[in-house]
Amino acid sequence: MKKIKIILVMAIVSIATLSFTTSTKKGYKVGDKIEDFSLKNIDDKMVSLSDFNDAKGFIIVFTCNTCPYSVANEDRINVLDAKYKAQGFPVIAINPNDPAAVPEDSFGDMKVRASEKEFTFPYLFDDGQKVYPKFGATKTPHVYIVSKKTMEVEYIGAIDNSSRNPDKVTEKYVENAVDALLAGNKIEKTETRAIGCSIKVAR
Amino acid sequence: MLKKVFFIFLLVAIFSTCKKEVIKESKKEILTGSFTEITSVKTVNYNQLKPLLEKKDDKTYIINFWATWCAPCVKELPYFERITKEYADKNVEVLLVSLDFPKQVDKKLIPFINKRKLKSEVIYFNDINEDVWIKDIEESWSGAIPATIIYNKSKRKFYEQSFDYQTLENELKTFLKPFKS
Repeated sequence: MKKIKIILVMAIVSIATLSFTTSTKKGYKVGDKIEDFSLKNIDDKMVSLSDFNDAKGFIIVFTCNTCPYSVANEDRINVLDAKYKAQGFPVIAINPNDPAAVPEDSFGDMKVRASEKEFTFPYLFDDGQKVYPKFGATKTPHVYIVSKKTMEVEYIGAIDNSSRNPDKVTEKYVENAVDALLAGNKIEKTETRAIGCSIKVAR
Repeated sequence: MLKKVFFIFLLVAIFSTCKKEVIKESKKEILTGSFTEITSVKTVNYNQLKPLLEKKDDKTYIINFWATWCAPCVKELPYFERITKEYADKNVEVLLVSLDFPKQVDKKLIPFINKRKLKSEVIYFNDINEDVWIKDIEESWSGAIPATIIYNKSKRKFYEQSFDYQTLENELKTFLKPFKS
């Protein structure tokens, strides 16, 4: 009996460590169905993807107040929302950073930043940092394009091919992806990468 | 035509001897602890950076991708500096690859290097098409910094994480062991 108990405990421990180690780099892949979330917006109202009745999909951007790469992309994110909200693909921005690790990424600072930059889209706070790990976001900015009908991830990655210098952009990945979805075509590049700031959580 | 070739050859020869002297000089500085202020920093594109990430000599290289605006990067810089000093005569070289913004090289990066008196070699890496070079540098790299590569001709490891000194030194030691004995 005791032996069985020991074996059982060992099995549980090993499964726990296994699932822990494999989960560190996990998250949604292209083609995965995502779970809806409910997060607080800078207007203090809760926002879920299911609230957007007319949307065909979403441009979900993990971003924050402090990362220079995020800041360098704020104008480009505004442009995306201006161009695609009317076509059914609104931008939904989410701040994944823990204010305990980065005080300037607090909910109050998000409101300030959003009004300074005149964000036209929801800017949600991932309170408790529970949503970004489901996506597997690792950095800011980090974009996920999702189709509303299937709730499947269509694209993961960068906004364009020159995050540090907007004047040198020659390929607009997110625009190309949304254009393809709107036209009913296959997305050419479903995964891209860019440099970004690691997401910060207090340990 | 022949003249031209000869001229190019001469230029290359001059450059390569200059380079050697610079390296010797910086090594002396590492050991003596002196620091000469810099006014410029070497800028590379990916084609120029790539050979530095796959040298096949007897040294072990630590390549750290960082930026002055990246808090966790700045926090771990002293550990890389300590490696540069403590392993200067142990065939270990640290290369700090800055991913600062082009507009901030003169305003931020160069003053930062001077203020911190960085001994490790710093180069400024500027290239668009991150999607291409991030994957090429390391298939598993999401693009977040800090990120570090430790490699020599027989072993290579990539770390998308922050280091404390002990972890960094322990990792480095796993690269040095086979050469000890």
